Amino acid sequence: MTTEAQSHTGPEIAHVTLKNGLDIVVIPDHRTPVVTHMVWYRNGSADDPVGKSGIAHFLEHLMFKGTEKHPQGEFSDVVTALGGQENAFTSYDYTAYFQRVSREHLKTMMEFEADRMTGLVLSDDVVDPERDVVIEERRMRTDTDPSAQLGESLASTLFTHHPYGKPIIGFMHEIEGLNREDALAYYRRFYTPENAILIVAGDITEAEVVDLANATYGQIPARGEKPERRRPHEPDARTARRVVLADPKVEQPSVQLAWMVPSYTTAEKGEAEALEVLVQILSAHGTGRLHRKLVMEQKIAVAAGAWYQSTAVDSSRLMLYALPHPEGTLEALEKNVEQVVADLVTQGVDAHELRRAKTRLIADTIYAQDSQSSLARMYGSALATGSSIKDITEWPDAIEAVTGEAVQAVAKKWLNPRHVVTGYLLHDEAA
Amino acid sequence: MNDASTKPSLASRIQLVRSTSGIEAWLIEDYTVPVIAMEVAMLGGSSQDPGTKPGTASFLAGMLDEGAGPYDSAAFHDRLDDYAIELGFSASRDQISGQLRTLARHRDEAFDMFRLALTDARLDAEPIERVRAQLMASVRNEANDPDAMANREWFATAFAGHPYGRPSKGTLESLALITREDLVAYRAKVFARETLKISVVGAIDAATLALELERVFGTLPASASLTPISLAKPLAVGTRKVIDLDIPQSSIRFGAAGLLQSDPDFVTASVVSHILGGGVFSSRLFREVREKRGLAYSVSAQLASLDHGPLHMGGTSTKNERAAESLSIIESEITSLAQDGPNEEELDIAKKYLIGSYPLRFDTSTKLAGQLTHMQVEHLGRDYMDRRNGLVAAVTREDAARVAKRLYGDGKLFVTVVGRPVGM
Repeated sequence: MTTEAQSHTGPEIAHVTLKNGLDIVVIPDHRTPVVTHMVWYRNGSADDPVGKSGIAHFLEHLMFKGTEKHPQGEFSDVVTALGGQENAFTSYDYTAYFQRVSREHLKTMMEFEADRMTGLVLSDDVVDPERDVVIEERRMRTDTDPSAQLGESLASTLFTHHPYGKPIIGFMHEIEGLNREDALAYYRRFYTPENAILIVAGDITEAEVVDLANATYGQIPARGEKPERRRPHEPDARTARRVVLADPKVEQPSVQLAWMVPSYTTAEKGEAEALEVLVQILSAHGTGRLHRKLVMEQKIAVAAGAWYQSTAVDSSRLMLYALPHPEGTLEALEKNVEQVVADLVTQGVDAHELRRAKTRLIADTIYAQDSQSSLARMYGSALATGSSIKDITEWPDAIEAVTGEAVQAVAKKWLNPRHVVTGYLLHDEAA
Repeated sequence: MNDASTKPSLASRIQLVRSTSGIEAWLIEDYTVPVIAMEVAMLGGSSQDPGTKPGTASFLAGMLDEGAGPYDSAAFHDRLDDYAIELGFSASRDQISGQLRTLARHRDEAFDMFRLALTDARLDAEPIERVRAQLMASVRNEANDPDAMANREWFATAFAGHPYGRPSKGTLESLALITREDLVAYRAKVFARETLKISVVGAIDAATLALELERVFGTLPASASLTPISLAKPLAVGTRKVIDLDIPQSSIRFGAAGLLQSDPDFVTASVVSHILGGGVFSSRLFREVREKRGLAYSVSAQLASLDHGPLHMGGTSTKNERAAESLSIIESEITSLAQDGPNEEELDIAKKYLIGSYPLRFDTSTKLAGQLTHMQVEHLGRDYMDRRNGLVAAVTREDAARVAKRLYGDGKLFVTVVGRPVGM
């Protein structure tokens, strides 16, 4: 029998580095005459200076404010007039900008994107209203939503020292103080060819991309060395902690259990893959153990699942969550979530559920080939957090190699009830 | 601009596949990735819910993968997972849709599971109670979500007395009342070949698909018995409704009557609406509300081409102190478009965007299958993919000005606001 991993044949991925240090990845997809053009910078909110939380994200907004060569709005107008789509996003470990256009417009996109790698011009006239936009974004995403507020508190409890504990968008009082100089200082530090990764996916060849990149990005002088990410190390957890948010707006309570766990970048060989399989076994839609036990069998939850942030520069997080049935309490539910983990730790996993989890994870890599923008994101986030192309192409084999014992071992080692951070979201009866 | 000269036209790649008993599907055969995607739609949706039991359609959609034929809920999910089959159903206001995605080599199992879910879902007591609890949790979850509240209130008021005025996900009260008989009755009324539209994209040939069509859909009843629904115009236009919620920002929803997809002016109206509030960084509302004044992170407007009450709609979230200012800017942009139409330059940019970005709608099998089904539901014809950009290109400034006037009229809107807006 051929396994999914053996039959997995994706497109031929090319990886080249320009003289100035810019990494280039080309992902062919010739089905439609469009390309996805992305530039990833290896810096994110975890690289915000102390007291300046939100600067990576604020700069991402300000990158649309124009350069010496192309004043505000020109780039976006050109993208629009070419029928392109564009946007940008900031995460803990990276910031990325992208456009999706017809293949013949790739060079134009590269010219503009290369220009704003070093040519950004900012005045207070554009910085001030944009700060208000970010403040409204924070209000929309967090300050009007109790569960998002609990999420911030859970993260800052899990990471007491490492900046993964701070919100990507920043704390309100610090966003309010961010200014033009902060943005430019951060920009000069991180926006360099050595720190960037160019990803082009679509109806294009490696040779075409390299030629175009040489004529555009290649003209930017190297800065000399890669900027360094200087982040404090999170100490090992020694305590179980609990955060509670009660708000009159909460009608559906929930409980979350979170642990600090290794990422692909920090894990010992095979551990991240085992955690990935573990999460699949715990939370696969309709078949995961949390659903089967808590929702179907015990009927104490209406939904339950798990989530693992596996792609990260530093040690990352794994979360379990459950929503109680109206008659149940969060305390009882929390105990039973812990019991699901404890059962797995003591009794291990059975061969069938292991097989099923691997089949599903490996099938996802085939489904991903159907979307050039998903592939571009997959390669971009992996490279920006320290993985290699080889890591990605060998990933299905690494998943195949995960044993039941390995899954059991990572559950025991990392999902330790003595180090858990528990979050309660509750209806505030008093208010 | 689309490089259309070097690739075969999309429309010419659409095959019309017909099974022995006459079940039709549109197929785009493509073996680049060993995956098959299918998108199925039947008319109905939540607008066919019994009047006292809103949420019936979405309840049924949630039940179809909870056990069917020989498999109970657990066995059904086990089988989906063993073969990495993705299968799901959903209900919009006007349609019940089904999605299937499978690896090509699990085609047999995948089509069979889809057949069972569509035609032979068991609707067992255990999953009914479980899904009911999930749906109620989801209603509670959105109970005080400002965007969801503004939207619910908008439809409840604008379509009072019409099926669109009922919450499509149901309420805690209605979900508690829905019985197995209601689900069975809904299925008998709506699930039929009469309004069925099927699109398939990926690694399958026409002859194989014809056999699968017969196998999967052959046992569906021939005709549906849909309750006729009147064409409604939104009420309360020209008024505002504020719902108090203790949050620092106001969530605003606005809208009024729009145009039917079958209206000869629909394409022009789409261009006009795009100029007002479409795209990411280029619309009038983006420039005026966000870029110039920093009033909001998100602001947009679009056409909602509902079958029985088409709309133009939009929304934003802005701090309480400046909510009134944001709304007055939105209203003045709509009025100005209605009075003067777009200028030559913005019309040109919008047309170029809509034409150039059209292929981006088809860059995955799932998106392509969805587009094909949409085209079938709207009776646009297989050649629409080749015609569509010509229709956009033909829109003149005079057309746009005329249709802007027709679409936005006197600029009056019905507005719902959730938060503590100052001065409203």
